[in-house]
This record gives sequence, C-alpha cells and structure tokens, in this order.
Amino acid sequence: MKILLITEQREAKWNKTSLETLAAAQQIAKDTGGTLSGVVIGNGVAALADDLAGKELAEVLLVEHELLSAYTPDGFSLALSQVIQQVKPDLVLLPHTYQVRDFAPKLAASLGKGMIGDCIGYRYENGRLVFVRQMFQGKTAADVTFQGAGPWFATFQAGAFRADLATAHSGGKAPIHKISVELSADKIRTKPLEMFREAKQAVDLTQAPIIVAVGRGIKAPENIAQAEKLAHLLGGELAASRPICDEGWLPMERQIGSSGQTVAPKLYLALGISGAIQHVVGMKGSRTIVAVNKDQNAPIFEIADYGIVGDIFEIMPALTEVLEKL
Amino acid sequence: MNIIVCVKQVPAKDAPLAISADGTWIRESDIGFEMNEPDSYALEEALRLKEKHGGEVVALSMGPERVKQTIKEALAKGADRGIHVADDKFFALDPLASAKSMAAALKEQKFDLLLTGLQSDDHGFGQTGVLLAELLGLPHATIIMQIDVTGDHMKLKRELEAGWFQWVELPLPAVLSIQSGINKVRYATLKGIMAAKKKEITSIPRESLGVTAELTQKVERIYVPQKTKKTEFISGTPKEAATKLIEKLKHEARVL
Repeated sequence: MKILLITEQREAKWNKTSLETLAAAQQIAKDTGGTLSGVVIGNGVAALADDLAGKELAEVLLVEHELLSAYTPDGFSLALSQVIQQVKPDLVLLPHTYQVRDFAPKLAASLGKGMIGDCIGYRYENGRLVFVRQMFQGKTAADVTFQGAGPWFATFQAGAFRADLATAHSGGKAPIHKISVELSADKIRTKPLEMFREAKQAVDLTQAPIIVAVGRGIKAPENIAQAEKLAHLLGGELAASRPICDEGWLPMERQIGSSGQTVAPKLYLALGISGAIQHVVGMKGSRTIVAVNKDQNAPIFEIADYGIVGDIFEIMPALTEVLEKL
Repeated sequence: MNIIVCVKQVPAKDAPLAISADGTWIRESDIGFEMNEPDSYALEEALRLKEKHGGEVVALSMGPERVKQTIKEALAKGADRGIHVADDKFFALDPLASAKSMAAALKEQKFDLLLTGLQSDDHGFGQTGVLLAELLGLPHATIIMQIDVTGDHMKLKRELEAGWFQWVELPLPAVLSIQSGINKVRYATLKGIMAAKKKEITSIPRESLGVTAELTQKVERIYVPQKTKKTEFISGTPKEAATKLIEKLKHEARVL
C-alpha cells in the first residue's frame, strides 16, 4: 500500500497535528507493509522538508510555489491533486485541522473520491483498514471502511495519536524530492487577507494548574458565579465549553477545545459538560479529570478519572462547603 | 440577494440513543428530532442577510418525511420557501453522495449564496459545504464568523485554530460554512408560524435526481465506545459525594 501523508505548516512552523498524523501514517505503513511518502506544501518551507526527512518514511515530497505562500482552498486543492495524480497513492492521510476541513473534501471530490474525516483510530484486520470515528457528538463510535478504488482520503483528529511516538529515520535521512506544480493566479478565487487575534488574552489557561470548566449544564449566566467561587477556592481558573462562550456568558479566551485553548492542568473539573469531541480534544491531556453530569451516559465520563452522576446545582454548593472548611 | 441554506434534521440533543438491530444506525422510532444546531446559525445568518440586502431565503433539507418539520421551522423563522429532497435511507449515504444529490436538486435554483452549518450533530462529517462548492464549481470558505457583502464581493472573517482569525475575500456566488456562535438565533414567532402555513415546500424524490453515486465509504457498525479510562464513580448524597471527592483528590490523585 502506498501511503501519502500531507502535513500542515503555517509560517514555516508545524501544525502539531501533522506530527501526530505522521505517527499514525508510520504505524499504518508498518501494519500494511506499505511505503510512506510525506508532503510538505507551501513556499519557503524547505527547512520543514528537511526536518520531516529525519523521520521514518520512504521520501519527502517538497511542493513549493509562490501561490502557495498563503493558504487558499483553490491553490492547495489544485496543487495537491497534481501531486496525487503523479504519485498515485492508495491512501492519503491528513491531520484533521481547520485548514484540512476547508480543502480536503474538495480535493478528494475533485478526483471523484471520498474522505473519512475526523478519525480517532484505525484497525488493520483481515487485510483491510477499518477507520474509527465518532458519531452523535461522541455518544457512539463508528467503524467505517472505504468502498471502491483509491486513492482513499482519511483525516485524524488532534490528539488521536501521539506525536512523540513518531519514529526517526533508521538510516540517516529520507530523500527529498521536489515536485513542481502548475498554478495560475486566476484559478484562485479566494483572496486571503491578514490574520489576527481577537482582544489581547488576559488569562493564559495553559498555565493554570487547576481548571474548573462549565458547559451547557450551567443553564444561565447568573449561575456561573457558583463555578467561579469553586475555581477560586481550588486556586484555579474558570473555563468553559464552546456553547457558553458562544452565548457570551464567558469571554472566548476562556474557551477550551478545538476552537479555543488546549490545556493539560493537573486537575480539570468538568461541570455540566457533556464531552463533545470539540471540547475533549482541548482537555483530555489533563492529569486528573473529574466530571459532574446528570447524564450517566455523557461521553465526558469516558475520559474522567472520577465521576459524579448528579445535579451540578447540588454538587457545586456541596463542594464549596467542603472546601471552605479545609 | 438569494440565499439557499441547508438544514439537517438530527436526533434531539437529549434523545436517548439506542443502536438499531443491524448495528449501522440508531432506532429512530423511539426518539424526537430537531434542527441541527450548527445549521440554525446558518439559517439565522441567511435571514439577517436577507433583512439587510433583500431577496429570498430557501431552506433545503434531505431525508425522510419527518424532515419537513425542520423545513417548516425554518419557514416559521422567516425563510420564504422550502425544498425537501425525499429519501428514507438518507442516513446510509456517504458525504459525497449526499452532496451530489443536493447539488442536483439545486441545479434549477438561482442563488447568490449557499450556506451550511459547520457540521451535523449526528454523522458529524463536516464536509457538505465544501463538497457542494466543488460540485457546483463555486468558491467557498468555512468556519465563518462574519459576512460583509459589497456588490458582487464579500469580506469574510474565518476562524482559525487557537484563537486566530483571518479576513478573506470571495466573489459571489459562493458557498459558506458558518461557525456556530456567529449570531444569536431567533425563535419563531406565532405570526411566523401562521405565515409558514402558506409557504411552499417542493418535494423532490432523491431517486428522480438521477444521481447514481457509488458509495465511497460505508459505516460497518456503530457502538458505544469503550472507555479508555476507568472512571471511579462517587455516589452518595451531594455532601457525601463532595466530601469523598475532595478526599480522593487530596490523598489518591494528590492534585490538591
């Protein structure tokens, strides 16, 4: 099996999910007895190709063009479809990032192929690959297989594989091959403008040793004070899942998850958070996770070390009372 | 400005999910359904654009007869008409076949903007908007937090990861996937619900569209995921549970 990994970088820095997907791709290549090629795409990214060549893979393909300096879905799809037609892989793997979500389905469809997105794992059984992804917001998992001829496209969720398990090249460095692609400015319909951060971040949740996070279960903005008091008593910071910040009940800078912060505190207390994938990717690295939720089947309990099935409006005051006595 | 908005009907958020006998879907008979929450933000954005620029909003939904209820909800909130692509086995389609069917159903429609939500709360493929753009030959942008239309162009605020955003410009017509939280979603008013009764829903059987897409992927089975961690559940009254938890965090996990 010929496997093609498409990595992601911005301003010549890796998106770390790229290296996690590298670990997945290496493992799939090993399991299937396949060969792995890794694509680095952009402009002025030769140093990253050199870095990737130090990893265990058959070759690195460097795809550079001035029209690839800034990301556009048209530019990246057109360039990568030329690479795929040239390399003829059976399986194309990508990290499931916001950027990949933006172009990979288009790339696959432009070749008449499908994509299994946001996979959390895979199995190789009876000579075929089975991809595992979540459905119903993480309440169920699904085994998904490709139908028909390749190239097949699959993306792996952030945190699904460990980047530090990617192995280094056994014999020095993999060869780097430049692939030239033809692009013209008139085929690129998006005009990318400046990137920016919203208001300056007043709080750095990544440095907080303890985080108390609230989700939909908090019900109303006036209830947040209870969680805040708890966070204060624990010497931690208050955070939230996306819906709470969408509602404007807490500022975006306190949002944990794929569109917010990724944190790994020593204690993460999840209050009324169901544990949708988008939230879990931002906190599953926490040392100790405590979940309080009235639904005993809430996906958050799958990753919790300690769980209390109950009403947060009963548990929060009880915790506050116990902590105040300490 | 004419806008098509794709709205999917999904199991209600609090619906208890039971897996179907063949293990590839859920038992639909026991549960309620509602408009996919991310799509409700796309609908709201479409309605706001219409209020600002004029034109019409068309709600498109695919699925069995029950999804008409979701189209009616869109009409009650202010959409002008609905298109229902009827297919009882919609759940078994892959993202590409779904998008091809929707693209075929939209062939006769004239529109400036096609909006989708970010992803569905059931399958969660998150591909429909991007695929529709490719199939219809239109430019697209995803995870949109702001839309400013000027003439035949628009300036869009895209959300990137880790708190970053980017402005991009796109010509019309185009396809946009809307980020949840872009706006505050309105409720249907009684007047809106009454008005919706007179609005038209065109039903198109999916098989009449001539889309014979072979599936590119297949859900073999769905199941309740195995726990990766052993959760210690703490029981008792709230006070007992709280006391035990703090005790464990201090002496067992040693994080306090």
